[in-house]
Amino acid sequence: MKRFKRILAVAAALTFAGGSAAALSGCADGGEEVVLRVCNWEEYIDLGGWGEDEVIDLESGNIFGENSMVDDFTEWFNSTHDFSVKVEYSTFGTNEDLYNRLSLGDVYDLVCPSDYMLMKLIAEGNYVEFSDGFLDTGNEENYYANGVSRYIDGAEESIFAENGWNKKAACYMWGTTGLVYNPEQAEETDVSTWALLMNENYKRQVTIKDNVRDAYFAALGIINAEALKGELIREERSKLLNDTDGETIARAEDVLKAIKENVYSFETDSGKADMVTGKVVANYQWSGDAVYIMDEADGDENNPVELWYSVPDECTNLWFDGWIKLKKGVEWNEKRSIAAEAFVNFLSRPDNAVRNMYYIGYTSAIAAETVFEYMEWNYGAEDGDMNYDLGYFFGEDKILSVDAADFVVEGENINKGRQLFAQYPPQNVIDRSVVMLDFGDKLGEINRMWINVRCLDLKDISPAVYGVVSAVAAAAVIGICLYVFRYKIFIREPKEK
Amino acid sequence: MNVLRFNRKQLCIPYAVFLILFVIAPLIVIVYYAFTNGEGKFSFANFINFFASTNTLGTLMYSFALAITTTLVCLLLAYPTAYILARSNFKKKYVLLMLFVLPMWINFTLRITALKEILSAIEGNISAYPFLNSVIGMTYDFLPFMILPLYTSLLKLDKSLLEAASDLGANKAVVFMRVTLPLSVPGIVSGITMVLLPSMTNYVVLDMLYNSTYIMGSLIGSYFSAYDWHNGSMISLILLVIIFIVTLVTNRFSDKDADERRTVL
Repeated sequence: MKRFKRILAVAAALTFAGGSAAALSGCADGGEEVVLRVCNWEEYIDLGGWGEDEVIDLESGNIFGENSMVDDFTEWFNSTHDFSVKVEYSTFGTNEDLYNRLSLGDVYDLVCPSDYMLMKLIAEGNYVEFSDGFLDTGNEENYYANGVSRYIDGAEESIFAENGWNKKAACYMWGTTGLVYNPEQAEETDVSTWALLMNENYKRQVTIKDNVRDAYFAALGIINAEALKGELIREERSKLLNDTDGETIARAEDVLKAIKENVYSFETDSGKADMVTGKVVANYQWSGDAVYIMDEADGDENNPVELWYSVPDECTNLWFDGWIKLKKGVEWNEKRSIAAEAFVNFLSRPDNAVRNMYYIGYTSAIAAETVFEYMEWNYGAEDGDMNYDLGYFFGEDKILSVDAADFVVEGENINKGRQLFAQYPPQNVIDRSVVMLDFGDKLGEINRMWINVRCLDLKDISPAVYGVVSAVAAAAVIGICLYVFRYKIFIREPKEK
Repeated sequence: MNVLRFNRKQLCIPYAVFLILFVIAPLIVIVYYAFTNGEGKFSFANFINFFASTNTLGTLMYSFALAITTTLVCLLLAYPTAYILARSNFKKKYVLLMLFVLPMWINFTLRITALKEILSAIEGNISAYPFLNSVIGMTYDFLPFMILPLYTSLLKLDKSLLEAASDLGANKAVVFMRVTLPLSVPGIVSGITMVLLPSMTNYVVLDMLYNSTYIMGSLIGSYFSAYDWHNGSMISLILLVIIFIVTLVTNRFSDKDADERRTVL
C-alpha cells in the first residue's frame, strides 16, 4: 500500500508539472519548444550526406551539404532565437493529396503547394500573410525579401504581385514544362510542338504526365497552335491557355483521346527512368525533372546518352511552388508563425538555395549573387562562344558566357538546350510562357472530360468484340445449364430409397 | 484478490471495436457521401451519373473482362500445379508448395517492376499490349491465392474414392472428370473469389504496366483527386454491392454442389 501511495504522489507531481508546462507554453517566456509542422513535396529538399567530391567550391566560399537542411535549420534557429523549435517534416505526392489531407483535418503550419493550389487556399482564406518583418528589405538578414528574383516576387510587376499571391505566399522553386528528347532519335522539328504527343511517327515512344492539368495544357497548346505561334499580347495568350469553355473542353477531349492512343504511358514518376534507359525517345516533363533526367543520362556509366530539353514553340506552363502559412496552424500562435517565417528565410539563404538546387535539380526563386556564381561554376565556359542572358531574373548585366554547342538557336531565339536551358529559360521562352490558373468551378467538368478520355467507352467497342463476348457468354450459359441438368440429360439419376 | 475472468462474449470485444472503427464507421461515411450532393442534400444524382454514362459502364465491363480473364488464366495454371503437388509422392511436398508461395513474400511493387523489365525484353514495347500485360501482371500477383485453396481441397480428397472408381472400371480421364473435379469444386470456388474480386480494383498493376485505360479502382481515385467524394463513394458502394452479389452467387453454387455430392455419395 505504501508503494501505491508513492506512485500516486509521483503521478500527481507529474500531472502538475505537465499542467504548468502547458500553461507556460502560452506565455512569451523563453526556454520551451515550439513544434513546426512542415509539409513539402517528396524529394524537394536537401537531405545532406553529400560525398566528399561533391563540394561546390565557389569563390565566395565552399558549399557543402553535410546534414539535412531541416537539421541545419533547427540548429541555426535554436542558436539565434530565444526559444527553440522542433520541425515535424512530412511530405506529399500531389497537390490534390495535400488538399485532401488538409480537408480531412490534418494540421500543418507551413506547406509548399503549386501555384493553382496556392490560389485555391488563398481563395478559401486558409492562410496567414507573411509579416512585415519578414518582407522588410531593409534588414539584411531577410534573405527571402532581399534575395527573391524581382521577376517572381517583391516588385509591383512581378508574377506573384500580378496574380495577387505576394505577401500571402513565398516562392520556393519555379520552372517551365517541356519535352525531354533524344536528339538522335527525334527530329528537332517534331519536338518543337506539343503535337509530338499525337504524332504517329512516334507511336508508343513518347510519354505524357498522368494528371489532368498538364495534359489539358498540352491539349490547349495543340488546339490553339496557330494562334499561339502568331503575335499575341500576354493577356491574350493567358486567356487562350486558361480557357475552360465547354466547347474547348470537348475539343481537348478529342485531342487527348488521340494522344492516349499514341503515347507509351501516362506517368507520374516512371517516365524519368524510361527516358534514361531509352525505352522512350521523348517525354513531357517539368523543367526540374528534365535537369535530373539529363544528369542521370549523362552520368550513366555503361551507356551515357546526351538528352535535350525543348520548350515547344506554342507555349509553356510557367509554374511555381510556394510556401504558405496555414491559418489553422499558425493563426493564434505567434511563435509558430515566427518559426515558419524563419524556415522560409533559412531556405532562401543563398548558400542553402544552392544546396537545394544542387540536390533536387529544380530552380530556386532566389536570385542572389551566390546563385549566379553557382550557375557560372556549373555551366560557364572560360572561352564561351555564346552569351546567355539571364537579366530578367538576376538583374541587368547578368550574362553567362556559355558553350554554343549546348543550345539550339533559331534566329534570335533559343528554343532547345541542355541543363542550363531547362533550369533558367531564356527571355524568348519567358515571352511565350503562361501561368496556368486554378480551374475553379470548372474542375468537375474538366475531370469528367479526363474520365471520358481514360475510360473505355461502350460506344467505342467494335461490333466484333460484342459478337465474341456474347458468343462466350452464350457458351457459358449453355455449359452451366448442361452441368446443372447433367443428371437429367447424360446420367440416370440415382433412385431414392 | 479476484482473478481476472473473461467470458466468451468479452473476448470478442477487441475485434468488435476494430470492426466498428475501421469497417462499419467508414462504410456509413461512404453511404452518406454516396447519397448526398455537394451541398450535403440527399440525392440520387451520383447513382444516375454512374448508370447514365457509357464511359463508367464501359469501365465496369472492362474491369469485369480483365478480372474474368485473369481468373480463368489463374485457374488453368493453378489447377494442374495444385493437382501435381497434391498427388506427388515426393516426401517434402511442403518444400514444393513453398516454392510456389515464396514469391508472395517479396514486395508486390518490386515483383511487378521486375516483371515490367522481363515483358519489355520479350515484347519490345510493352505499351502495345496493355490488356495482355495487365492479365499477366495480375496473374503473377494472384496465382498463389488460386493454388493454395485448390491444393488444400485436392489434398483432403479421399484416395480410396479414386481407387474405387478405377476398380469399377473407370479410366483415368473418367476418374478425374467424375470424381476429382467435382470434389474439388469448393477449392475452385474459393480460389475464384480470392482472385476475381481483388483483380477488379487492383489498378496499381495497370499503372505500373502502362495500361492507360481506367478500371474501377482508378475511376474512384480519379474522382477523389478532383475532391469529388460523392461520385467516388457511389462507385465504391456500387462495387461493394457487385462484390456482395458475386460472393453470394459463388457461395450458393458451392453449397448446392456440396448437397448434390452428398446425394450422389
